[in-house]
Amino acid sequence: MLNTRLYYLQRVSAMMMAPLVLCHIALMIYAVQGGLSAGEILSRTQGSVLWALFYGLFVLAVSVHAAIGLRVIVFETFGLRGILLNAFSVVVLLASLVLGMRAVYAVVAS
Amino acid sequence: MHIREAWKDEPLVSNSGTMKVSVWRGQGDVGQFEEFDVPVLDNQTILDVVSWIQQESDPTLTYRFACRVGMCGSCAMMVNGKPRWTCRTHVKKVRKDGAIEIAPLRNLPVIKDLAADMTEFFDKWVKAEGVFHPSKTREDPIEPINHESNARQQASAAIECINCAVCYAACDSVSSNSDYLGPAALNRAWTLVNDERDSAAEQRLKAVSGDGGCHSCHSHQSCMNYCPNELNPTASIAGLKRESVKNLSWWGW
Repeated sequence: MLNTRLYYLQRVSAMMMAPLVLCHIALMIYAVQGGLSAGEILSRTQGSVLWALFYGLFVLAVSVHAAIGLRVIVFETFGLRGILLNAFSVVVLLASLVLGMRAVYAVVAS
Repeated sequence: MHIREAWKDEPLVSNSGTMKVSVWRGQGDVGQFEEFDVPVLDNQTILDVVSWIQQESDPTLTYRFACRVGMCGSCAMMVNGKPRWTCRTHVKKVRKDGAIEIAPLRNLPVIKDLAADMTEFFDKWVKAEGVFHPSKTREDPIEPINHESNARQQASAAIECINCAVCYAACDSVSSNSDYLGPAALNRAWTLVNDERDSAAEQRLKAVSGDGGCHSCHSHQSCMNYCPNELNPTASIAGLKRESVKNLSWWGW
């Protein structure tokens, strides 16, 4: 269910997420407190390679972390095993990646 | 006067009424609790209570014990819902509202009444490579071991396990994943990984890194909380996790 590779990937993705989450929350507070409109936010993010990298990395880390975490929960709670469990993990990974990257594209593409 | 005769003059215990004791009776998954009235004594362990029921009330009660002094690890049972070594558990410390409930160990099949089937528990020790693989033959001189070395200290910290399966019964990861090797087997593996005389560290790390291995542990620390010998299997498992990551080969296992 969880081998050394998956364990390692989950820990590494958590380590990546820790600073990214803090930056993201700080950014949200700053944007709301500063009263930035959606248009003003988009004008800062569109065309920015930095924000594309920041949120692209964020989406990647979240997708890997969530897929492995949900894999364990589904295995222990519902007893899903073997090919079905692997298929579930891949679907969660791909769905999170596609949805997340689509959102990143929407805010950084100019 | 002979010491045994002196004891006769001074009763070690005194009666002070009876208590209600619910004991699990049955075979396999089928069974129910049966209530017994057991005399309350000043000095009384849970194993004393079970023995009294078997000797004075119902001789068909099945349970397991051997040394009665906390050495052999055979008498562990669930007492008021918690796994305990019954020979070293005083009634006074665990009675709830004057009553006691005794059941076979959790997470293991029941043979009969309070006797759990320990087969899978010990099979998992073997699966976790909890077996010593000597690096030398009997022809070689005895290898000096430095007791101050970090590896030996880590091995020694985890070595006093008496195989009572209290940690196995306390573990929620075992409950939710029957393949999980469990705290005792992994704790044993950790002592051997740190044993300088052993030659199978890599083989052992492989054995504890697959399905049901050390990575299935969620670090709830119930094993540590309930271990009667105050060992810390959670720390041993964390050590195995670290070592497995250090030895990780993305192209091998």
